[in-house]
Amino acid sequence: MNEVFLDPTAELNPSAKSILPRLASLEGKTLGLLDINKPRGDVLLDRLETLFTEQGVMVKRYAKPTMTRVAPLEVKQQIAQECDAVVEALAD
Amino acid sequence: MTNSPSDYIVVLKKDCPTCALVEPALAELEAAGRSIQIWTQDDPDFPSTLANVGDDTNLEQSWRLDIETVPTVIRMNQEREVERTVGWDRTQWLRLFEVDQLAEDLPAFRPGCGSMSVGPGMAETLALRFGDIDLASRRIEIAELEDPMESCFERGWSDGLPVVPPTEIRVVRMLAGTTRDPKEVLGLIPPDLQPCTIEKVAINAVMAGCKPEYLPVVIAAVEACLIEEFCMHGLLATTWFSGPMLIVNGPIAKAIGMNSGTNALGQGNRANATIGRALQLVIRNVGGGKPGGVDRSTIGNPGKYTFCFAEDEDNSCWESLAVQRGFDKDASTVSLFAADGVQGMADQKSRDPESLCRSFAASLLSVGHPKFAMVSDAFIVIAPEHQRIFSDAQWSKKQVLDKISEFTTRPGSDIIGGVDGIAEGMPEYVKDMDLPKFKPGGLNIVRAGGTAGLFSAIVGGWLASGDMGSSPVTKEIKS
Repeated sequence: MNEVFLDPTAELNPSAKSILPRLASLEGKTLGLLDINKPRGDVLLDRLETLFTEQGVMVKRYAKPTMTRVAPLEVKQQIAQECDAVVEALAD
Repeated sequence: MTNSPSDYIVVLKKDCPTCALVEPALAELEAAGRSIQIWTQDDPDFPSTLANVGDDTNLEQSWRLDIETVPTVIRMNQEREVERTVGWDRTQWLRLFEVDQLAEDLPAFRPGCGSMSVGPGMAETLALRFGDIDLASRRIEIAELEDPMESCFERGWSDGLPVVPPTEIRVVRMLAGTTRDPKEVLGLIPPDLQPCTIEKVAINAVMAGCKPEYLPVVIAAVEACLIEEFCMHGLLATTWFSGPMLIVNGPIAKAIGMNSGTNALGQGNRANATIGRALQLVIRNVGGGKPGGVDRSTIGNPGKYTFCFAEDEDNSCWESLAVQRGFDKDASTVSLFAADGVQGMADQKSRDPESLCRSFAASLLSVGHPKFAMVSDAFIVIAPEHQRIFSDAQWSKKQVLDKISEFTTRPGSDIIGGVDGIAEGMPEYVKDMDLPKFKPGGLNIVRAGGTAGLFSAIVGGWLASGDMGSSPVTKEIKS
């Protein structure tokens, strides 16, 4: 059985870990496009870059060195510092 | 196991030599027609020569029967216990089983062994498994691959340092430190004004790293912070540095091993460190008070992790803070002060009380701002070598405070805004008054620290003191 904790809080929030708040709009925001290095991921991201850029969103491109491992810490930190949101591409 | 209730229940474990010793006696009793239910704690195949052996390897029967020693023999009547005996004592067994002779080749007496149900940590485990412990808090199941410590960080329960994961068993053990009902509500914790039960205090005390015997101090500290005069909500919300400083007085300080000596305000003592931290975690987790949220402190201070110590009450010619505040000297109390950090004060030359009071006065003037008067409160934590200068001269604490008040009183014209080329200062209307640095009762002295060092600590307080903010509060620590 998995470990069970007793909630130390006033239980005002859901017990599941919550996702970060979503952006209300992309206006004036910087969007990261992360290529996980799967075949044809670049095709999807190229198209997204075109579409987002047309809408005036600032786009920055990133890539994982290999699809088989999680993104290196440096890549995650760079995206966190430079972007307001990120799209991670999966393709094949 | 038979369906009809037995006349006798015997609890054994194979690992106990006395239990092995009584096997022939039990066989003899079975042959004589006694109805005996045997429960074995460690091996359901033991004793192999007996008929009615039940498996109690989960210790449920042992826990329900409150077994402390094996073997235990219980005589039953219509499923109710009539009497019991422990170990092997032929006289007792003859009486309980109502026989004239029994296992004549055995010695007359052998003591039993400890029951597995009372082994270290087992009591709480079994109480949780089989008992009616009713903890109200929401259960949060951690995923199999989650690291328990990391998951506490991710859920926002931590002050930035690792917390002890609040498992049910740890919380049950913590609650054993108090006689109070886990459901008792202590009050509404700011800033979210959420009800705080003894159980929630215990959960946060677990996370802070407290031992169960610290829990009554933590409970009293939570009660103290809820006293109106302490103004916990404002203290949390202020842009100023302050957070609660806890001073423990009375016998409990030594009983739980608190530090009032060398490095009393520093690291290294579990009780000091975790009691202060537990209060902060209650504010954070139950009250929802977090930095950047309602906690708006501009710079903060490291005491907001934990700031807790005991007053040194040994060989003191001065009454303790608790006695000064109206409590009996045998009472245990916790006092809270809205404290900033620690400002060191060295005076290695003064050997007479008046000179030392002048040093204190000069240093105290900088609390808040050198041109503020009657704004902040402050505590002096006086170390033994400084205190001895006063006690050798037979000065009472009141004499010291009066003298410091005299030396810190200045003409308003010296401290109004603009004077000395400093725009900050007191308002113009005080220019013809003489103003003491502290309001009456606004300066306090407690004893703590190691025996070497002609130093004391000045702990300044929140700019909003007294009626307009926070006043020190004291709460008696009960079980």
